[in-house]
Amino acid sequence: MGVGITVEHLNAFYAKTQALFDVNITVLANHATALIGPSGCGKSTFIRCLNRMHETIPEARVEGTVRIGDLSVYNGTSATQLRRRVGMVFQKANPFPTMSIYDNVAAGLKLNGYSNRKKLDEVVQKSLHHSALWDEVKDHLHKKSGASLSGGQQQRLCIARALAVQPEVLLMDEPCSALDPISTGKIEELIFQLKEQYTIVIVTHNMQQAARVAEFTGFFLLGKMIEFDKTEKIFTNPSDKRTEDYVTGRFG
Amino acid sequence: MRTRFQQQMEDLREKLLRMGGLAELAVDRATQAYTQRDLSRCQLVLENESHINAAEREIDEMAFDILATQQPAAVDLRFILAVTKINADLERVGDQAVNIAERVMDLIELPAVELPVDIARMATAVSAMVRRALEAFVEGKAELAQAVLEMDHVVDRMRDEAFIMLVRKMNEEPQTTQQALDALLVARNLERVADHATNIAEDVIFWVLGADVRHHAQAASAAPRPEGREQ
Repeated sequence: MGVGITVEHLNAFYAKTQALFDVNITVLANHATALIGPSGCGKSTFIRCLNRMHETIPEARVEGTVRIGDLSVYNGTSATQLRRRVGMVFQKANPFPTMSIYDNVAAGLKLNGYSNRKKLDEVVQKSLHHSALWDEVKDHLHKKSGASLSGGQQQRLCIARALAVQPEVLLMDEPCSALDPISTGKIEELIFQLKEQYTIVIVTHNMQQAARVAEFTGFFLLGKMIEFDKTEKIFTNPSDKRTEDYVTGRFG
Repeated sequence: MRTRFQQQMEDLREKLLRMGGLAELAVDRATQAYTQRDLSRCQLVLENESHINAAEREIDEMAFDILATQQPAAVDLRFILAVTKINADLERVGDQAVNIAERVMDLIELPAVELPVDIARMATAVSAMVRRALEAFVEGKAELAQAVLEMDHVVDRMRDEAFIMLVRKMNEEPQTTQQALDALLVARNLERVADHATNIAEDVIFWVLGADVRHHAQAASAAPRPEGREQ
């Protein structure tokens, strides 16, 4: 099952440049939450603070509190431990090109020391089912490489890879921006199904996508969380003029 | 800024205003036709009706295109929903004017009698409601629309009074029944026009404030836009 996320007074920096300013947000477990905002507003930085990827950039640092369920992200939890519980899918599908479909999905488990073949088979099958890819790849799991799949299939393979380690939270950073409408539709359908078991945070430039998949939406501007509310409120009657100007296309 | 989208929205607004003008004119002509027993004005109302119907279809198509191609959100989405509903109400205003005109065409055949009802006064109040509802739309002002909602009670009272007085007249002077019945139906048509003006005002409030004030919900429940949650 998914867990909730609580962020308090989060500030993020790239060397001396501050990218996030005092962000506070509570993400409900087993819901999809979308983050929208113009390029450079800090939404990707924010999502990367949730699984400590932000700090992999030289001189980048974070202040504030992030809790994933009962886990305090910046207080005594190792990045490896954290990322077992927080999976991530990126803008561009990035399967391991030389590995088979099966090995791509099993990679995370193997890294964590799983070697029982039966258990691995079971998890790979379950993950591919969850990512709605199983029927398309079940006959060539070992024969085909991850890179041989279409863009949309590769992205669903990456989702299966993220799900294989049984995370509680799934972060998605513009997962459909490189996909055609059919593949996008499949990923969106998947998000809808996955939130029964996972908490999903999705960064998207596509506002209609946010409106379609997320129950809650946060609007970022210049590193600040301007408004966070139910998605229908954000897209029908937002409280802040800046949110309204953005969702109506008056800027950004 | 989405220039094409903004232009489409402006075109839609102007088209609806032109239609509003036609509907307003239809009500004025129909009530003048009644008070002056003027057949030529009835004909004008009937001719005008086809223009109103054409405008209704055109506005619906424009709104449909914008919804399909531009994915409007927030205030823009509310605006388009309001326009489509106002469009339907204006078309119904035109229908009510036609009903009055057809009634006048019948009653012109009958001798004129003195009736205890001031249709002209009622028509003035109803026309003012339609005009103000359209002004509220033009200016995007919820307070103007709210004033229209309050005027509806006045027209309702006029209709009730007309009903009581005309029924009494029919009882006392049965030979005037047909004329009294015509006047009663005209009063009812005017009251329906006032209802459509009320609907238009409610739609303006929905567009401007995002508040649903239909069925006597209070406009005050629409909280003013709070300051942004900036942390």
